[in-house]
Amino acid sequence: MKQKQKIVVIGAGMASGRVIENLVETALDDFDITLFNAEQRGNYNRIMLSPVLSGEKTYEDIVTHDDDWYATHGVNCRFGEHVVRIDAAQKTVAGQNGPVSYDKLVIATGSAPFIIPVPGKDLPGVITYRDLDDTNAMIKASQKGGSAVVIGGGLLGLEAAAGLAERGMTVTVVHLMGHLMERQLDEAAGYLLRRDLERRGITIRTQASTKAIIGDGRAEAVLLDTDESLPADLVVMAVGIRPETRLATDAGLDVARGIQVNAQMQTSDPDIFAVGECVEFDGNLFGLVAPLYDQARVLSQTLMGQGAAFVVKDTATKLKVTGCDLFSAGDFADGEGREDIVLRDPARGVYKRLVIEEDRLIGAVMYGDTADGNWFFQLIKDATDIEDMRETLIFGPSAQGGDTVDPLSAVAALPRDAEICGCNGICKGTIVDAIEGGAGDLGTVRATTKASASCGTCTGLVEQLLQVTLGDDFQMPTAQPVCGCCALTHEDLRRLIKSQELKSQEAVWQELGWKTRNGCHVCRPAVNYYLLADWPLEYRDDPQSRFVNERKHANIQKDGTFSVVPRMWGGITNPAELRAIADAADKYDVPTVKVTGGQRIDLLGVKGEDLPLIWADLNKAGLVSGHAYSKGLRTVKTCVGSDHCRFGTQDSTGLGIKLEQILWGSWTPHKVKLGVSGCPRNCAEATCKDIGIICVDSGYQVSVAGAAGMDLKETEPLGDAASEQEAIDLTIAFVQLYRENAKYLDRAYKWVAKVGLDWVKSQVVDDLNERARLIEAFELSQSVYRRDPWAEGAKAAPSFQPLADLTLEAAE
Amino acid sequence: MNWIDVGAIEDIPLRGARKIKTALGCVAIFRTGLQEVFAASNLCPHKGGPLSEGIIHGQSVTCPLHNWVFDLNSGQAQGEDASIPTFPVAVRDGRILLDGTELAKRSAA
Ligand code: SRM
Ligand SMILES: Cc1cc2nc3c(=O)[nH]c(=O)nc-3n(C[C@H](O)[C@H](O)[C@H](O)COP(=O)(O)OP(=O)(O)OC[C@H]3O[C@@H](n4cnc5c(N)ncnc54)[C@H](O)[C@@H]3O)c2cc1C
Ligand code: SF4
Ligand code: FES
Repeated sequence: MKQKQKIVVIGAGMASGRVIENLVETALDDFDITLFNAEQRGNYNRIMLSPVLSGEKTYEDIVTHDDDWYATHGVNCRFGEHVVRIDAAQKTVAGQNGPVSYDKLVIATGSAPFIIPVPGKDLPGVITYRDLDDTNAMIKASQKGGSAVVIGGGLLGLEAAAGLAERGMTVTVVHLMGHLMERQLDEAAGYLLRRDLERRGITIRTQASTKAIIGDGRAEAVLLDTDESLPADLVVMAVGIRPETRLATDAGLDVARGIQVNAQMQTSDPDIFAVGECVEFDGNLFGLVAPLYDQARVLSQTLMGQGAAFVVKDTATKLKVTGCDLFSAGDFADGEGREDIVLRDPARGVYKRLVIEEDRLIGAVMYGDTADGNWFFQLIKDATDIEDMRETLIFGPSAQGGDTVDPLSAVAALPRDAEICGCNGICKGTIVDAIEGGAGDLGTVRATTKASASCGTCTGLVEQLLQVTLGDDFQMPTAQPVCGCCALTHEDLRRLIKSQELKSQEAVWQELGWKTRNGCHVCRPAVNYYLLADWPLEYRDDPQSRFVNERKHANIQKDGTFSVVPRMWGGITNPAELRAIADAADKYDVPTVKVTGGQRIDLLGVKGEDLPLIWADLNKAGLVSGHAYSKGLRTVKTCVGSDHCRFGTQDSTGLGIKLEQILWGSWTPHKVKLGVSGCPRNCAEATCKDIGIICVDSGYQVSVAGAAGMDLKETEPLGDAASEQEAIDLTIAFVQLYRENAKYLDRAYKWVAKVGLDWVKSQVVDDLNERARLIEAFELSQSVYRRDPWAEGAKAAPSFQPLADLTLEAAE
Repeated sequence: MNWIDVGAIEDIPLRGARKIKTALGCVAIFRTGLQEVFAASNLCPHKGGPLSEGIIHGQSVTCPLHNWVFDLNSGQAQGEDASIPTFPVAVRDGRILLDGTELAKRSAA
């Protein structure tokens, strides 16, 4: 009789389970197998722990090999017993209950969860998520209700979060990166996933870092970097895994990040093999079962003396959270020579992105509709030439030559209570009812519902509703979309951002069906502005969506240098400020110093690298950015007024300074310039500014919508104010109305021409409640933006320097 | 290949760019996605605009001076008969690597 080979296996997980299955099924008589497992049980389907956690399955449902199976196949089981040492020279392993010798040893110890080294990590109530015991501990904890914090927004963390929420806990996910599952998903899919999880009551905190877990005797709260503390009866750490290599390291095997194996799964000791998540092959680690099953097949063939070699293949990821349908495969990042195809269908909440390189599909990310995932995955794995189906590729196998997304779907997808007309508070449902009741054109809809009857910026949306409701019976007037990335006009875009409460760029791209990954130089600055104007607290200005001047807080010159214009409030300066400007001009070799048309001084020709330095110097003298570059408040020109002038009626200089100090820092659709003159002689040229104030004996004449640039236009009277405060209020309310309603890059005079001065007056002058609301909204926004960007820029000086200097290297 | 480490990927903001000085002029490094990085000449062939100051969208950059749009894969300018040289670049363990040999060869050409 043939001598049986003695095989010892350390770890009864998913990888070794497959190896043993292969061995006993094809060559039961050749092997004598001893199987150690630290867990109290044999092999079960670990990836189904999440359904067990959420209550959809029980442990019994997910057992792969039960006691009977091991008995039938003659496997000696030593469950609940850790292997503590491998003696490679003696060819024995030491279990907690005694040694056993081997001819061939298989290490299949999987991974250990990574624990972030913060204070409190060892408190009771802090759990990792790896095995059945962890799962049971979470189920037990959840029975008391309360709140849970899951640290880590990757696959495991989110499955844990969803399961705990399902069991009634209040769950917050704390994630270090900018979007969820950043290794598998791009920002767009990450946004959709977040939206769906939030809809089921889970709070998501991205870019949040854990400082400590606090509690008296057990976990009570998670403390973030920002010193905010999140209550937590249960803390789940799911921040990643690392290969369990301790036995191999102690035994002197070659170990890098994982136990190093060759393509036959053999370690540096010819009689020791390793398989599963504990191995490293050719620099790769593994965290999903598909490649582990390949490894298992190769290892069993190797043990049976058949030639086989393991090769790394692409893997695909899905998340096992019901209702969050996502799929990602291949490589969707990092690429010279790569091209994107993007499809978004807001009505169905669908996003798909394909990444193509040299006529081959190399990556796919999709959300909402993942039915074609495997088809795309196959194209990736087979490196199929997709040149011929490129045009229709994104529609999947069934729709080769198929349809495209309807630009109207964003409007079609709106709920009935979405507000369409902001002026009159008219919702979609009311308008649709009117159309169905016979209002077949814009005029009739206006007459019956008042929608689009006031400022008119929602006209485009009302027309789209006519089209969606009436179909071909309605002839859409052609309107100019923002740019080629979308089908919406600026007005529609603004209205939809408000009514759908879109608070991030990703939300806009997805919900409004953008055709590009993240817009272009035309639409992105506009979207950035609309978001920050409508959601000042939730959304922050994104410098990467701003034209260079507004990102660098200086005007770029034709030779790539910059100009620097410090603010001179109301045109007033003093010797100390002038001295600081002169010193800075000397110190930074400023070639040109010029007095501007806006009553201040321009330092032209400053090198980009010097900007933070010159700002710091000017800041020391109390000088701040003059925003000579921004779509925001520029200057408030004043005359000397009643302080000095023999004709002056009021303190025009003082009012100008007050207005400048209130308005500075705010972002507006285009630049905003003010003038305040002390009498109708108008030395401050107030009547050709966006807002001009003429002081008279009886008070202040506030006029708006002037221009002296490409068009020359006198201001039109907005209203008269008896007091200085009222003049200020009218000014702020006008600026805020402009901020809330105008199209990006429309100067105030262009916007007023569109909506009509009468409507503007009705909001700013006549309706005192609306005036108060506008002022309050402006103040809220200014609580974020009324600050000096130079002071912040000066602190970030290194980012203004070149990333590296290779002048010496390249010269070789 | 002669990979030169020029910095950490976090040193460039998402959808942002930084320039690198070389003896043969500045090279712009663009970061379009979490790990997606491109390298190309910093100099716009139109009137010399600094491309690292442009707006980066998809896999393109728009020149800050007069809005020419360049595909970062090919260097081709949209709708213009002009292009910028692009250079091999890689990201490994969070570091950006630029191919020095290629850089010297192409800039010299
Ligand atoms: C520096 C200054 C000229 C000067 O030397 O006096 C100036 C310089 C520029 N102006 Fe101006 N404007 C300056 C006062 C004016 C004035 C006069 C005024 O404000 O009283 C006007 C006419 C009034 C008006 O705005 O209606 C003026 C109308 C324009 C326009 C046309 C705007 C329009 O809507 O028609 C532009 C183009 C634009 O903004 O799109 C413009 C754009 C520019 C830009 C920013 C061009 C650019 O994008 O690079 C120039 C930057 C030069 C630089 O490198 O610094 N500048 N510009 C003035 C700065 C004032 C300040 O202290 O901030
Ligand atoms: C909750 C969850 C969800 C997942 N979802 C998915 C998914 O959807 N798709 C997917 O592809 N993958 C998923 N995975 C990953 C997948 O489960 C693993 O890739 C796979 O189980 C790894 O198999 P393995 O055999 O290498 O290790 P394991 O299955 O972890 O088995 C290793 C075993 O070795 C034991 N062991 C360790 N050290 C010793 C020792 N010294 N002595 C004795 N025994 C020891 C351990 O106790 C363990 O039982 C998920 C994982 C988890 C935890
Ligand atoms: S505005 Fe009137 S008061 Fe003031 S400086 Fe001019 S002329 Fe004199
Ligand atoms: S310099 Fe680049 S577009 Fe003119």
